[in-house]
Amino acid sequence: MSKISRRKLITTGLAATAGLAGVGAAAQLAQKYGLIPPDHGGIWGLGETLTYASQRLLTRHSLAREFSRSQISKRPFPNEVEPPTDEFKRLQAGRFADWRLSVNGMVARPASFSIDQIKSYPSHTQITMLQCEEGWSYIAEWTGVPLSHVLDVVGVLPQARYVVYFSIEPDTWESIDMADALHPQTLLTYGMNGDELPVGHGGPLRLRLPRQVGYKNVKFLTHLTVTDNLKTFGKGLGSAAPEGGYAWYAGI
Amino acid sequence: MGDSAYIPSAASAVPAAAQTKTASSRHSALVRITHWIAALCFLALLVSGVEILISHPRFYWGEVGNDLTPTLFKLPIPASRKLVPTGYGYVLPDANGWSRYLHFQAAWVVVFTGLLYAIFGLLTGHFRKNLIPGRADLSWRALSRSIADHLRFERPSEAEAWSYNVLQRLSYLFVIFVLFPLVIWTGLAMSPAFVSAFPATVNVLGGQQSARTLHFFVSLALVLFLLVHVGMVWFAGFWSRMRAMITGRADTPSTATTAGTTMERI
Repeated sequence: MSKISRRKLITTGLAATAGLAGVGAAAQLAQKYGLIPPDHGGIWGLGETLTYASQRLLTRHSLAREFSRSQISKRPFPNEVEPPTDEFKRLQAGRFADWRLSVNGMVARPASFSIDQIKSYPSHTQITMLQCEEGWSYIAEWTGVPLSHVLDVVGVLPQARYVVYFSIEPDTWESIDMADALHPQTLLTYGMNGDELPVGHGGPLRLRLPRQVGYKNVKFLTHLTVTDNLKTFGKGLGSAAPEGGYAWYAGI
Repeated sequence: MGDSAYIPSAASAVPAAAQTKTASSRHSALVRITHWIAALCFLALLVSGVEILISHPRFYWGEVGNDLTPTLFKLPIPASRKLVPTGYGYVLPDANGWSRYLHFQAAWVVVFTGLLYAIFGLLTGHFRKNLIPGRADLSWRALSRSIADHLRFERPSEAEAWSYNVLQRLSYLFVIFVLFPLVIWTGLAMSPAFVSAFPATVNVLGGQQSARTLHFFVSLALVLFLLVHVGMVWFAGFWSRMRAMITGRADTPSTATTAGTTMERI
């Protein structure tokens, strides 16, 4: 028995040492490569950091699944939105001709774009799934401009690490890292299923991010800010989601 | 179950001297620690899973499904979202924020715990000695006798305080090597980012909603296991079995029990 105990002791000791060394090395690497999410503090920090870091490592360049035209949902579910603000109603009455998407922060040329200007850039169409964290989903064909194109137009500075994006709806804003911001499927979306993007689905402009669940796909986009530090936004947790108790990273 | 009915599978692997040792040897420390961490995580995953589920208690097959599409089936419970047509006149409070945080955190902890257990199980021969049934136990005669004993609710023999019977072994192996991997797989197959890197993980399941429905059924199977497991522990003697899994100690087998058979332990 003593032999077995000793072997067990050595095995357990080795495993524990390897585990601790692994955790230490992983934390170092995570810091270095930006794998720590802004909502890493608090009791859920461990799980959030592991999820974000592992998915970022696995999915930096991977493409969300795209579907065939026959798989497009006949009845896409628009989910509920807040009642439109007066400003939204005014812009809607003008067929969104006065709608603007302003871009500032760590960019060489801050700018403000009309929907028509955005539509004049090379468009990209993709058939992807929108899935809600609640569990439901639908597939639609989305048309828009890759966010990376607009970021090129304004000239993102090399130290940029996140893009923060705001809706016309009060207190509705999210942010993504540069891997998602520059991802070819991240679209400033203005069209859906061959038509204008309906207001129920976030028209006139919505950020489509098919590798993250619904709430990161903010509707009624009006403003983007490029930054290297999320601490200065809101409560410093990265976006409105963690302030409301939801995870900043929503790839799962 | 009579002593003669039970023939331990790896009896020869254990020296006879081992039988004289009684303290802290029914379950090794690593088995006990990983068991209780897994139990805690399972509880957290169950509670948070139910909370997430009630935000949309409808199930579909294939890639997609939502409030506007037909269901495969729906649970007759109220929902925590007002747009879900449940037939109830009220909406439960939204708990998805902390539930999702807790679900994924507990999943990480239980996956690491499971890996530690699996590595340990392979290195120390825990699976071979304690879980894989001996060939004699897998004969139709032995199996049917064990099933019959269970169906008659016969009290377990003293030997079973020291060694798992064949149905127990098969159940534990099924949970560890079939249900746990399946529940992790079907869970990951719902992640849009994960499947962007590994699309086959969701495609072979028939789609994202199929993965969700399968995740639900595998979870149900795990809950069923939990109920039977706790029921059997109660039936076998709750406090003695709890003591064995907490402290490692079990009642010393009487000489009558040890005379004809050899019990194994770690």
